[in-house]
Formats: sequence, C-alpha cells, structure tokens
Amino acid sequence: MDATHESLAAHPEHGEHHGPGPNTVFGFWLYLMTDCILFATLFAAFAVARHQFADGPSGHDIFDLKYVGVETLLLLVSSCTYGLAMLDAYRNRTSGLVLWMGITFLLGLGFIGMEVNEFSHLVAEGHGPDQSAFLSAFFTLVGTHGLHVTCGLIWMVVLMSQILIKKNGISGPYMNRLMCLSLFWHFLDIVWICVFTFVYLMGVQ
Amino acid sequence: MADMNRAYTGESHGSVGSYGIGFVLSIILTGAAFGLVMEPVLPHVATLLAIAGLAAVQVFVHLFFFLHMNGSSEQRWNVTAFAFAVLTVAILIVGSLWIMHNISENMMPGVAKSHMPAEM
Repeated sequence: MDATHESLAAHPEHGEHHGPGPNTVFGFWLYLMTDCILFATLFAAFAVARHQFADGPSGHDIFDLKYVGVETLLLLVSSCTYGLAMLDAYRNRTSGLVLWMGITFLLGLGFIGMEVNEFSHLVAEGHGPDQSAFLSAFFTLVGTHGLHVTCGLIWMVVLMSQILIKKNGISGPYMNRLMCLSLFWHFLDIVWICVFTFVYLMGVQ
Repeated sequence: MADMNRAYTGESHGSVGSYGIGFVLSIILTGAAFGLVMEPVLPHVATLLAIAGLAAVQVFVHLFFFLHMNGSSEQRWNVTAFAFAVLTVAILIVGSLWIMHNISENMMPGVAKSHMPAEM
C-alpha cells in the first residue's frame, strides 16, 4: 500500500514529496467556489421570496434567535476544533487528530440534530415548505446547508476510521483528504454566517 | 517536515494562536449581530446595514484565520478563483433581485388593473 503511495509521490514531473497534493487541494477549492455559486442562487431565491408569506407565518413568528444562536455556536466551535485537529495532523499526532475530529463530529452532529428538530417542529405545526414561497425558499436554503454538513459528517467518520485502522501515521494522501475536509468544513461555517444573518436575523428584524 | 507540509498544501497553515484569535473575533462579531437584533438599539435600517456589515467582516475573518487565505504568491490561483466566484455571486444575487423587483413593480395587480381594466 505504502509502496503505491511512494511511487505516486515520486512522479517525475514533481519533486519527491510533492505528488498530487497541491493540485488536489486546489481542485477541491475550485469545487467549493462552484458550491458557493449554488448557495448564491438559493440565497437569491430566498431574497426574492422572503416577503411572500401567502398568509402563512413570517420569520418573526417562527424563528427563535436563542435556538439559532446555540446552533451557530456549535458550528463556530466545531470550525475551531477542526483547526486544532489539523494542527495535530501536521505534527503527525494521530491520537490528537482523532480526538479533535471526534469532538468536531459531535458538535456537527449536535448542529444537525438541532436543525432536524427545528424543521420537524415547523412541519408538525403545518409550516412546511408547501405553505408559502418564503417557507419553500427557507427550507431549500437551510436544508441544502444541512445536507452539506451531513455529508461532511459522513466524510469525517470515514476519514477517522481510515486513519485509526491504518495506524502508521498520517501519510500524503490522508493529509490531502484532511485538507480538503478542512476547507469544506470552514466553508460551510462561512455559508452559515450568511444564513444566520440574512435568513434568521433579517427575518426577525 | 515543515517544507514537506508546505508542499502538500500550497498554502500556509495556522497555529493555535491564529485559530484562537479567529475564534474570539468570530464570537464577538456573531454576538454583536445577535445582540443588535435581540436588543434593538439602532433604527431598523441601521440595524440591517450593521448586521450585513458584521457578516461581511466575519466572512473575511474566517477566510483569513481559518482558511488561511492571504496575498502570497502560492495562493494566487486560490485568490483568483475566489475573486471570480465573488463576482459571479454578486451578479447572480444583485441581478436576480433587480430583475424580480422590476417584474413585481411592473406586474403588480394594481398596475395591471390600469392597463387591463377588462380583466379585473
């Protein structure tokens, strides 16, 4: 297995240690930029539909800012703990990496749990995405972000188990995957800043 | 070891300090935005502008302290791609709002009535 990685890393066009690393991370960065545009379309749709209540509730009626504040805090702290996980990864400290990643995972899971809870309450009260254009746009935008976070969580579990099973340090390919997930996770946090500002805070205001 | 890491990333990685500063700044900015809405001290429009401004600042705090974006030559293409994405996002959002605003201005029932009295 390691021999394969070594031969990949020793690609003649690159230096001994370069391998596909920088390009992989840059390619992932480009993907994130396209994801940014996906979210921009959903934000634009939300901005257009944000006052189309169709006699349903407005943001002021259904948003609980304290609840959203806790969600925000979970995601903010998880961004920071993932950063600490990366610092341990750079120093090749597997136990520290897995510990911080585990904490990040739990915080992300808490966030998703709170969001699912919020959504199920809204649907149970009859304020589902079918009630008004405002709610359709709200569920699509916040749901897409939640779906991204869920994918990030699955990715995190897969990476953690791979690293735990491998047991001989963090090699180049794993470092690339960790870097890409790091970009993904911090990116989702940035999207959430826009969500809580333009959806929740401005919806209540 | 440090050189090897740099080769993998093509970008600098932070330290506990930079994550700490980024975290404290983002907590302050988030707290300020929530505070302004939960305990309104400013007029309506000023609050909207203030929380939009706080969000913009916080996005850059995250880009700088968490995603380690900077003006170094290693990051030229990352920053170029980001700038292009920002441009696209701006065209998308401003354009959508502009078009939809015009549509609703010109197709509101009140306006339509004056043009097509027979239908009402």
